[in-house]
Amino acid sequence: MEEMSDRLRIRVARKEFPAVGVQGANLVIEDLDVSIEPRSFVVLTGPSGCGKSTLLNIVAGLDTDFEGAIDLGNWVRRKTFVFQTPRLLPWRTVYDNIALSLPEGDPRLANIAGLIERVGLTDKVNAYPERLSLGMQRRVALVRGFVQEPDLLLMDEPFVSLDDPTAQELRQLLIDLWHRVRTTVLFVTHDRTEAVMLATRILRLGGRAATRLDDFDVGLTRQQRRDSEAVRLEQTRIFGAS
Amino acid sequence: MVSSSTSQEYSASRLGRFRSSRLIWPVLSLAALVLLWEVAALVAAYAGKARTFPGPSEVTATMVREFRSGALQMHVLATLGRVAISFPIAMFLGSAIGIALGRMKGVDRFFDSWLIFFLNLPALVVIILCYVWLGLTETAAIMAVAINKIPNVAVTVREGARSLSRDLAEMAEVYNFGFWKTLRHVTLPQLAPFLIAAARGGLAIVWKIVLVVELLGRSNGVGYQLGIGFQLFDVAMILAYAIAFIIVVQLIEIGILQPLETRLNRWRR
Repeated sequence: MEEMSDRLRIRVARKEFPAVGVQGANLVIEDLDVSIEPRSFVVLTGPSGCGKSTLLNIVAGLDTDFEGAIDLGNWVRRKTFVFQTPRLLPWRTVYDNIALSLPEGDPRLANIAGLIERVGLTDKVNAYPERLSLGMQRRVALVRGFVQEPDLLLMDEPFVSLDDPTAQELRQLLIDLWHRVRTTVLFVTHDRTEAVMLATRILRLGGRAATRLDDFDVGLTRQQRRDSEAVRLEQTRIFGAS
Repeated sequence: MVSSSTSQEYSASRLGRFRSSRLIWPVLSLAALVLLWEVAALVAAYAGKARTFPGPSEVTATMVREFRSGALQMHVLATLGRVAISFPIAMFLGSAIGIALGRMKGVDRFFDSWLIFFLNLPALVVIILCYVWLGLTETAAIMAVAINKIPNVAVTVREGARSLSRDLAEMAEVYNFGFWKTLRHVTLPQLAPFLIAAARGGLAIVWKIVLVVELLGRSNGVGYQLGIGFQLFDVAMILAYAIAFIIVVQLIEIGILQPLETRLNRWRR
């Protein structure tokens, strides 16, 4: 028996997708072993298709077909997932989409209105998702991820395919929410600027099959994260002047 | 373009015209059909075939007579009762089978040929076999109708179950929806268009099969009356009962199915 620890430990010795038709088996993750401390904001970065999203699915428990073990420590009781697409129920209103993620009669239902106001969607509370812009749908997905007050929040490129100002606004919103709720975040992106802006720690994945290449601590204060020059300098320090 | 009026007035008048035109066209076309029928009946009467080709006025008179005697309501209600019992049974079992086949590949592969067999089995064969095996009972009648309809519902719903979103299923799993919440808020809304299509087609087929079932082995209902009309060569009665039931089915379509569909589709852009 392994001792329960206060660290979230992700060990994936081997993860491959079986062969489909003419395409052979595809090894996506190998020899990955990462421990994550509570309350940290960890960004997983690396080239597209290197297995980051697969890793997130494994941690979420959606993909159980791998060699290794996910030890959620003694503190991860609730985990939520903000997906690459908003994945809202188009036939339920903004409010219902968020409320459905909580059990009936849950006291946290009372926090929904405040969070919706926080992301600026108060007048859309009874709207159906397809009548909202993509940016607004992503806000709803963000609120759904936060309203549970999860111990672990998984995010898979949640701001991809948004125009730059909108994405930037949502990143600020995320930093804000994270400072309030103080959850642990595991965030996947291939955008290095985004990684530096958000993370307290960056894990760079890569290789033929994804494994940990680098591990950096990001030393930016909350104020510096709003300063594009400070973010750029830190990015250069971590990733080099590419 | 109406340049003199404001855009709001313009759209309001257009809406008004749209509403009235929506009513006017079916009324006009039905009136034309009745007129054509009356002319054909006059020609038939001239040729001495008045009894086998009655006009709308005579059919209406028969309908009023049957209504006054209470026979029309009694038989229509009997048929409606059989539809009301067999239709939900067929929808429920057909949907359950369709979802199972759509979600489980192995099961689908195995039962696909069964489905094709039952789809192609003539309604009349099912009805005769049910009566032979179970006797001329109400249970046999209801079963025969349901068995005829189940394969159609299953095929339609299977299509829907095959296209269920995996993204939303994963979302429901991560957010701990559980079985009933997932069924109600994730699965059924995705199947709704398929269920509505199956219900629409189902209603149209079920009531016609009920008539055959009644003709062959029941002693009441519209089908039974049609059988008597056939034996007496009383075409006015046949048409009176047929038209009365068409009206009832249309009322169900307009009064129940269409509002239901509108309600289920209100989230769409």
